[in-house]
Amino acid sequence: MFSILAAKPKSSQRNKTGSWRSTKMPRFNGKECINCGLCKFICPEGCIVGKEKNQYSVDFDYCKGCGLCAYICPKNDIEMVENKQEENKEK
Amino acid sequence: MNKEHFQENCYVSGHTACAGCGQSMAVRIVINAAGENTIASNATGCLEVFSSKAPESAFGVPWIHSLFENSAAVASGVETALVHQGKKENINIIAQAGDGGTADIGLQALSGMLERGHDILFVCYDNEAYMNTGIQRSGSTPFNASTTTSPAGKQSTGNPRPKKPMVEICAAHHIPYSATSSVANPKDIEIKVKKALKIKGPKYLQIHVPCPLGWRIDSSQTIEVAKLAVNTGLYPLVEYEYGRLTKTRKISSPKPVSEYLKTQGRFRHLLKDQEALAAVQKVADKNIDYYGLK
Repeated sequence: MFSILAAKPKSSQRNKTGSWRSTKMPRFNGKECINCGLCKFICPEGCIVGKEKNQYSVDFDYCKGCGLCAYICPKNDIEMVENKQEENKEK
Repeated sequence: MNKEHFQENCYVSGHTACAGCGQSMAVRIVINAAGENTIASNATGCLEVFSSKAPESAFGVPWIHSLFENSAAVASGVETALVHQGKKENINIIAQAGDGGTADIGLQALSGMLERGHDILFVCYDNEAYMNTGIQRSGSTPFNASTTTSPAGKQSTGNPRPKKPMVEICAAHHIPYSATSSVANPKDIEIKVKKALKIKGPKYLQIHVPCPLGWRIDSSQTIEVAKLAVNTGLYPLVEYEYGRLTKTRKISSPKPVSEYLKTQGRFRHLLKDQEALAAVQKVADKNIDYYGLK
């Protein structure tokens, strides 16, 4: 019975919430990046990775397309573009 | 599990929060700031529902949910047990709740935790209504906001009562640290969590987290709206230490409240009603005067 009540840590990863994305998806241009890391810091999904300038990327398996990374980017290096459905498919 | 972001974060992707959820953003910052040596308890609410959809969990730290009212009490038990076993050193304990689980239902458990002096950080994610069950008014809902149990219409301009001053209620227990923060300034959350966890004793942190669904805003506006709440004086960022106001975030030129209100569906009715709008402006002016924000 307790096996139902207790869950393994970080087991939510099996929900590929990227399929929720409807209209927009972020595009990281990788040109003006100053490595401030704010996009990675604030992403409500926590699905942005990267450590160096212009090397940040987003995991589209989980990105819900909220657009907050594009809002917070001080260099406007992240754009919200038309969502491509083929990106939604599991890799 | 091999993906980089699963290893870096203590609260990971795959949770079922809405796109642009302010609470989800704040939780990740809080848990990551606290680090791996953390035990978290949780009240019922949006956070509990979207992060721990059985049989899964988005948390990478030990985490427990019991009931709506007793997040603080459960954390108190965890802390007492660890102290008794001599294992409390270097383990952070965080009790989490939404504004309903803090200001209304969980108030007595929270007050008990503060009074008994447990070494716990209580974090309230304040989205200003019971969002999980369908946007019902809570004690923390701001004045004149339209919710499903305080709808605006011909006979009403929304919630008739002002917001409960939770940060002061906690500060009145003369605890070492009681503060407000907001996703308007995400780094501020991290700084305050780290500061609070260095202090021994009961701590309270209230974070303003916009809810795209309940406030009727676009998912990309979460931070923008939170910034307006701070810059109009409707959500003052303050810190109390041992019952005394020690720090405030100054607003040099406060914006008129209409700029904050017009961004949200829950306040849209106020824009046609000058009298109700002036009443909300009065709340902001009172905050600026009371906390000395200018």
